[in-house]
Amino acid sequence: MLTKMIPEIGHFALVIALLMAFFQAVMPLAGAATRRPLWMAFARPMAAGQFLFVAVAYLCLTTSYMLDDFSVATVANNSNSMLPWYYKFSAVWGNHEGSVLLWSLILAGWTFAVSRFSRNLPEDMISRVLGVMGMVSSGFLLFVLVTSNPFERLLPVIPQDGADLNPLLQDFGLIIHPPMLYMGYVGFSVVFAFAIAALLGGRLDAAWTRWARPWTNIAWAFLTVGIALGSWWAYYELGWGGWWFWDPVENASLLPWLAGTALLHSLAVTEKRGSFKSWTVLLAILTFSLSLLGTFLVRSGVLTSVHAFANDPSRGLFILALLGVTVGLSLLVFALRAPRVSHTVAFSWVSRDALLLVNNILLVIMTVTVLLGTVYPLLLDALGLGKISVGPPYFNALFVPLTVILCVFMGLGPSARWKHMSARELFRRLGLASLAALIIGMFVPLAYGGEWNLWVSLGLVAALWIVLPMVRDLFEKIRRAGSLGDGLRKLSLAYWGMVLGHLGVAVTIIGVAVVSNYNVERNVRLAPGDSVQVAGYTFTMNELQSRRGPNYLSDMAFIEVSRDGSSRSFTMVPEKRLYIARGMPMTQVALRPGLFRDLYVAMGEDLGDGAWAMRIQYKPFVRWLWLGALLMAAGGVMAVIDRRYRLKRHQQVPLPASSTREVPV
Amino acid sequence: MTPKRKQRLFVILGLVSLAAIAVGLTLYALRANINLFFSPIQIAAGEAPIERQIRAGGMVKEGSVSRNPDSLDVEFVITDFVEEVEVHYSGILPDLFREGQGVVVVGQLSENGRLHADQVLAKHDENYMPSEVAEALEAAGYSSSDYAEKYNSADKYDSADEYSGTKNEGAD
Repeated sequence: MLTKMIPEIGHFALVIALLMAFFQAVMPLAGAATRRPLWMAFARPMAAGQFLFVAVAYLCLTTSYMLDDFSVATVANNSNSMLPWYYKFSAVWGNHEGSVLLWSLILAGWTFAVSRFSRNLPEDMISRVLGVMGMVSSGFLLFVLVTSNPFERLLPVIPQDGADLNPLLQDFGLIIHPPMLYMGYVGFSVVFAFAIAALLGGRLDAAWTRWARPWTNIAWAFLTVGIALGSWWAYYELGWGGWWFWDPVENASLLPWLAGTALLHSLAVTEKRGSFKSWTVLLAILTFSLSLLGTFLVRSGVLTSVHAFANDPSRGLFILALLGVTVGLSLLVFALRAPRVSHTVAFSWVSRDALLLVNNILLVIMTVTVLLGTVYPLLLDALGLGKISVGPPYFNALFVPLTVILCVFMGLGPSARWKHMSARELFRRLGLASLAALIIGMFVPLAYGGEWNLWVSLGLVAALWIVLPMVRDLFEKIRRAGSLGDGLRKLSLAYWGMVLGHLGVAVTIIGVAVVSNYNVERNVRLAPGDSVQVAGYTFTMNELQSRRGPNYLSDMAFIEVSRDGSSRSFTMVPEKRLYIARGMPMTQVALRPGLFRDLYVAMGEDLGDGAWAMRIQYKPFVRWLWLGALLMAAGGVMAVIDRRYRLKRHQQVPLPASSTREVPV
Repeated sequence: MTPKRKQRLFVILGLVSLAAIAVGLTLYALRANINLFFSPIQIAAGEAPIERQIRAGGMVKEGSVSRNPDSLDVEFVITDFVEEVEVHYSGILPDLFREGQGVVVVGQLSENGRLHADQVLAKHDENYMPSEVAEALEAAGYSSSDYAEKYNSADKYDSADEYSGTKNEGAD
């Protein structure tokens, strides 16, 4: 009896969560404005309660999937009794309704975490932060309940079995990619809430940036991993061997990442030097708005892709309204509250401050170019001016040169001093390293198969330009400390985080440059007994077999691969699967991964007479793409572990009266 | 105007002009790199440019797919049930490419009205119809229910036929 009621329990829990989110939004904000401690005290318990009830709702939905309750519409449409349990678990977010519920769950989770780990914050600050997050939460829970109720029933005609999860989503990648990405997307709501709270409280000093920085870093690290996972998933699951398509949905995740990267650096400047205050607040608003825009693009059905499950216009309209209200309100608060006379902190044009400013401008320009290319076709379509698509050439033409320019400044930044330094000093520090970067970068590609390629060289120079000055800087620091042990102990984790993050960028750039230019792809016709040579490897098809999986039928090819001149060989087994419930074919790629090259074999079509079209690829350094992303994320996390963020009492930096205005709201 | 304000004015003017240049360049890059979509009717009417990258879409005509047995060359016809366009492609077609389904083709039109495709796009989901194709079909006088009928009446794809018994119709 009770198990039959699970969806109703979930639905009910969601309603309670919405009410709590509403109280969490209204009471603390009103309390902070009128200085009533009792009202402000609503913030933490409501945050906890909201998290609890959203979690209950989520658990109920998961249980419905696990118990194959096909009377629930989302379960019937996206699951099947033959589906393995772990895919039932991940099928919860493999559709529109479930994924917005996951969004809400993660938002409630972040809110709860903020309420738990911010014990040292002034009461009015934490009230405002949780209040703002409560507003976002209310909006999303309302969205779930009004337009995308995951607990909707198919009564009285209950289907015998479910329509199954889209086979493309039946994969390990889907189990981890969306939660990671959402952790990043939603995580930016924390820094957004801090920024708005700082504006509301008139407390626009360096203190809020210190509180907000760890949260921003963690969200950014999650987003980085999420994007990398998405790219990795597309690489092996779609069967084309591409790792980035400039698909609008990919761009939707890249946009907040770019803005978030700018935000990380701008927060650093604000915390260290007290400058860029308004700019940082604006970036925080921009980053979260882009997260919402991404959610709108993906969830509204204006785009058609593997991610876009929904095609209900009311949903798109709702998120668009949510986006409009959020952006409008926050910009209004910004306009009213941003310090009119912010005290200027002087710095010269050769200084770390200036270089970080350039970094910010470049990252924002990159964001805008990607945004334009993504939204322009949608705008034209909405205005009835024709259907166009903006292809990868546009993005490559703008993104690649901008990245190279960014790299130039990334190389300079870490070696520069705050506030002021002479250009001569900077040159002394960097001259040798940059010369070495140029020479090594130009000549190393020659050693690689003797094929010199401008773009590979450029990529290598850029990567070395980033890495070598950091290495030099490290040596310098250790030398100055006297001994190696002392030197290493003196370096803060924040410093190591920066080094690791930048190293990650360099590694990714090398991966992109090499795999884009030295990639070998051949589409061939192979029958048992045939063999073909690709990039120094011989691929021989030995036999074809059929088998039956839990919910699919499969044709498999056994392909023996040996490196030319080597007697050792191994077998790769690509598959073509037919998923029974949907009658949908799927390519299962065979991969032979390696640090320096991947071998990639995918089955194309049955050409008759036992012959198959095969896509065989040799992808050098492709792993470096994702390795770099992992390094970046690790850097972001490492910087958070730094001791200064865990000090029991945060010191408030006294600031000139001009920027700290106590204004009752 | 105080000197400080003057300085600020210059900074703002500089930023604005920089932004204007950036936007201008971006729009230029956009113009050079956008692919317009054309339906078979529009192509037959000669509206589509010759030897420039375009996107075209329609349903793959039943029985029109023919493969060269010795290579990966393939020919098929896309149609909006009014006009037809012959497409040449060399390579591996996507998993969900089937006769009687909507596809989008990216390629160049030659003088004789054939489309040489660099890319054939099917969808990620077997129920999905590319929105451009759906609208092209509607423009050709077919409502979405019409082509859904055409699509459903098309015999359930050869090999999948024997499993269609396990497919649950109620859930769709």
